[in-house]
Amino acid sequence: MTANSFAQPERRQQPRDVMVDIQGLWSIFRTAGVDSVIHKDLSLTITKGEMLSLVGGSGSGKTVLLRKVLGLNKPSRGTVTVLGKPASELGAEGAASRVGMLFQHGALFSAFSVLDNIAFPLRELRTLPDDLVRDAALVKLQMVGLDRKQADKMPSDLSGGMIKRVALARALIMDPPLLLLDEPTAGLDPDSADAFCTLLRSLHRELNLTVLMVTHDLDTLFELSTRIAVLADKQVIVSGPPREVIAFPHPFIHNFFLGERGQRAMELLREYPFAV
Amino acid sequence: MEDTAPRITQTASAEGPCVTLLGAWTAARLAEPAAWSAVNAALRNAGPVQWDLRQVQSLDHTGAQLLWNAWGRKWPLKHQLLSDQQAMLDRVASYTPNAPAPAPQSFLQRARSTLWLKFLGLGGMLFHLFDHGKDLVRLLGQLALDIGRLLRAPHKGPWRDVSGHMYRIGASAMPITALVGFLIGVVLAYLMSQQLRQFGADAFIVDVLGISLIRELGPVLAAILIAGRSGSAITAQIGVMRVTEELDAMTVMGIAQGFRLVMPRALAMAVAMPLIAVWTTLAALLGGMLAADLVLGVTPEFFAVALPAAVQASNLTLSVSKSIVFGLMIALIGCHYGLRIKPNTESLGEGTTASVVTSITMVILVDALFAVVFSDVGI
Repeated sequence: MTANSFAQPERRQQPRDVMVDIQGLWSIFRTAGVDSVIHKDLSLTITKGEMLSLVGGSGSGKTVLLRKVLGLNKPSRGTVTVLGKPASELGAEGAASRVGMLFQHGALFSAFSVLDNIAFPLRELRTLPDDLVRDAALVKLQMVGLDRKQADKMPSDLSGGMIKRVALARALIMDPPLLLLDEPTAGLDPDSADAFCTLLRSLHRELNLTVLMVTHDLDTLFELSTRIAVLADKQVIVSGPPREVIAFPHPFIHNFFLGERGQRAMELLREYPFAV
Repeated sequence: MEDTAPRITQTASAEGPCVTLLGAWTAARLAEPAAWSAVNAALRNAGPVQWDLRQVQSLDHTGAQLLWNAWGRKWPLKHQLLSDQQAMLDRVASYTPNAPAPAPQSFLQRARSTLWLKFLGLGGMLFHLFDHGKDLVRLLGQLALDIGRLLRAPHKGPWRDVSGHMYRIGASAMPITALVGFLIGVVLAYLMSQQLRQFGADAFIVDVLGISLIRELGPVLAAILIAGRSGSAITAQIGVMRVTEELDAMTVMGIAQGFRLVMPRALAMAVAMPLIAVWTTLAALLGGMLAADLVLGVTPEFFAVALPAAVQASNLTLSVSKSIVFGLMIALIGCHYGLRIKPNTESLGEGTTASVVTSITMVILVDALFAVVFSDVGI
């Protein structure tokens, strides 16, 4: 089993089902005159309906890859295609209806109330009447499990879990087909993390979302992902269903999944056959 | 299949009129002004009839919300939906309250309540002002205590901070203050020379420029520039430290904010400000000297010889001591507003603006005070 055997079958997918297509991506950062290569000829394809988790050690370029998909960073070489268009064109008008992003710390607008944060992309369209926008934002607020009473709070008055929920509601306000998550459960207590996972899974199912997420949390990983892609040695060394990935012989995978913490999470894998 | 604009067609069928929805009912497509006005008008005209959504290309929550609101927040009698449309409308229905928003208050009620609120706001403003005053006094007292602590153990002082701030506030401001001072000197000399020439009092250009620049314009100009340049920077620096919880981290480590944040800035400002004021004055005098030479033919040699005779040395003392007060004030006001910033972006912007406006106003106010109190010194 090699990396290529995983990469090849994906290319045969029908092009319209491909949500994100990364081909031959190089990421090179130049700091103080020294080039450091983060990604070297990296290829990854995400098809419709998948819930793909990106896994990798610290500094392996997971967040950088996410930013490339969002078009926030330009690839040094190679192409990133999102929904059939180059990622760099993603930031244009109407981007909120194509891709939703949940930033690690929420990135809520601190000057706006919760409801205004969620309604912001809809309001920016400038045509829809205020009561419709308000109703639509309230529906999203309740879809992510918050109460209508929270609508007028300011982001500085929210707990970490609530910030993530509000940020998720904001990412989903235009019902984008593609959702990117950066560490969705980092900084949440186990209860909130579990609840957030359940929420993500039900939204994934109900809204027919394609999800790409970066996570370190093994519980989240096994509970949610339909596919796992492992970033190591500047490339995607393996991508596939959890069981196949764990079986792949590589020191990083061995340490990550089969270490002490990994063993505990593997117990979960048996309880959640959904993931496999 | 490319998404098309949302449309509504109304047809008559055996069971009465039937409203058929076509196109993409998504937020982005609905928000196109032409589509929106057409859809909105058609929705208002469509009565309680049969609804057919099966030919809709795509429906999102905003589109579903629009339909739900148009239906009066209840299911129409007859409707034909696909299963995922049903699910989406169910979700919207369960999360939208049945009653529309409560009717707004009457005009009189609203006017009365806003007037009352404005009246209350007046008192709030007074308390706010009092609060600022109290904070400033506390800051000043803390600064005095911190300087006492520094004098008792000078080797433990934050000297690196002081020298760093001194460089940023003083040395790096030299080009801009010199440029502004020089130009003001040229402008003043040109304007004065027009007047003086009428009276044949060409030589008095030295007295006029000397007194006005050394005593007033040099220090005030420098203080205003530094208030805009470094006062805002001080507020923003401390404010961002609040936003990123660095201030809390310092408190937890037992590092006194007054000693490490306020005092170094105040000391650096108190040292740098008079130096910058003298530097600005020199640049302005140079500009005035050159302009006087060009316009009136007053040679630089004459200017240099006549200046000490025209301006008493006490003017320089006054100017320097004034600058020390300005510097301390700008630093304290900057720190005061910085420490008051709340952890959000809006407060950061407000605080920085307030800091600059307050310090410039205070500089001019205190300058007027100096002018009145020391009116018999040096003239």
